[in-house]
Amino acid sequence: MSGFLDFVASLGRGLIGACLGTGRLTLFAAEGISHIFRPPFYGRQFLRALLEIGYLSLPVVALTAVFTGMVLALQSSTGLSRFAADSAVASLVVLSVTRELGPVLAGLMVAGRAGAAMAAEIGTMRVTDQVDALTTLSTNPMKYLVAPRLLAGAVALPLLVVVADILGVLGGFIIGVVKLGFNPGIYLANTLDFLRTDDVVSGLAKAGVFGFLIALMGCYHGYNSKGGAQGVGAATTSAVVAASVLILAFDYVLTELFFAR
Amino acid sequence: MSETPKIRLRGLTKRFGDKVVLDGIDLDVMPGTSMVVIGGSGSGKSVLLKCILGLIAPDEGTIEIDGTNVLALDRAGREAIRAQIGMLFQNGALFDSLPVWENVAFGLLARRLASRADAKARAETVLAQVGLAPSVGELRPSELSGGMQKRVGLARAIAARPEVLFFDEPTTGLDPIMGAVIDGLIVDCVKTLGSTAIAITHDMASARRIGDRAAMLFKGRIVWQGAAAELMQSGNAMVDQFTHGRRDGPIQMELRR
Repeated sequence: MSGFLDFVASLGRGLIGACLGTGRLTLFAAEGISHIFRPPFYGRQFLRALLEIGYLSLPVVALTAVFTGMVLALQSSTGLSRFAADSAVASLVVLSVTRELGPVLAGLMVAGRAGAAMAAEIGTMRVTDQVDALTTLSTNPMKYLVAPRLLAGAVALPLLVVVADILGVLGGFIIGVVKLGFNPGIYLANTLDFLRTDDVVSGLAKAGVFGFLIALMGCYHGYNSKGGAQGVGAATTSAVVAASVLILAFDYVLTELFFAR
Repeated sequence: MSETPKIRLRGLTKRFGDKVVLDGIDLDVMPGTSMVVIGGSGSGKSVLLKCILGLIAPDEGTIEIDGTNVLALDRAGREAIRAQIGMLFQNGALFDSLPVWENVAFGLLARRLASRADAKARAETVLAQVGLAPSVGELRPSELSGGMQKRVGLARAIAARPEVLFFDEPTTGLDPIMGAVIDGLIVDCVKTLGSTAIAITHDMASARRIGDRAAMLFKGRIVWQGAAAELMQSGNAMVDQFTHGRRDGPIQMELRR
């Protein structure tokens, strides 16, 4: 009987811990968002974060998008040929990339690159007293470190996804024309015929949410890190894992919101 | 000398869980004087400074600066008080992502007290005060030696001409000569600015060089206060054991808590 009670108690402790963590994260996010709209604004910090999250993630996102488009064209060709529906390859590639794979894969790549870097940088600042130093220099760390990154994440990822969409379609086009023998003009016509504005817009909206989540996880785990190098390492891992899981969970929620009939 | 202490602590108490780190601290620091707080590792020295700075909220007690209880102030009031304080952190706590001159001028730029050009000029002046060439301003903190990082940290602390200066272990990790140089710079800066200073340290030579007064913290309580010059012959058994580094005495090391 006592074993069962211990089990229930541990479940309760876990649940209370999860609720406390969610509450702390929500308050952190609310404070970070509120500082985006309240002066003083740190434009340099925002531009630096935009550069790190956006521009410096371009190579990895571009490569991911090109190869994903190529694989998608190959896979869909082998699958669709069984139903004599090869002509749908172009539309399948463009819809998959713009609606789903562009934002999700770009998000996962940026979480691994920029989210980890964010957590490591802020975590190191925390354990070396730099965050306290900001406070002593009349600077609110939430305003200086967190708010610019949250905004930059929400702005940078949609821009990256525009690039990922174009390169993903290009990857499919290259395989379609070079390997599968499609006529280039017909492939492009099929791509554009089936693409609607809301396919692209929904993907970009997802990207904005994913970018915010990546920055939030990077900042939250970095800001609350403790215990020296090991603590910073743990914060970095937590930031990447949490951001990746949240991207996939929110992808479902947003897809339900945009496309469920 | 003014009757009102620049910094006045009464009954300051801070607990972390069931561990009492500060246990009813009473301390006065008069304007224009330097107080050195000594004590072993874990005695609560850093927590004391962080409470006065507003980085940690105490559980009980009052912290008065110029007669105003800072704990009763709203956020704007506390920020105004904090703007009067400069702090030299133990490890420098310089911002890795910024060049040295921006580190030094950070407080001026953050409070919009100067344009970037004026702030840079001020940073170069302050760097010269701590014996560093203007060219150092263009370097990153990671390119500096430990002694240079301390100097830059000191320059950052004094750049906005604060009325109160805090020094957290200013000579830790430095060789004796560099430690003496940093102490000399600290004394010069405090005298030049007319600031009130609190320094926490383990280094007895540094304590005697920097301090006018000294206090010893043990298990969260002030166990002795007096002139810094008397540190080595205080007549207090705890202070004597600590300052002379004796293994035997009233202070027993807790190897395990």
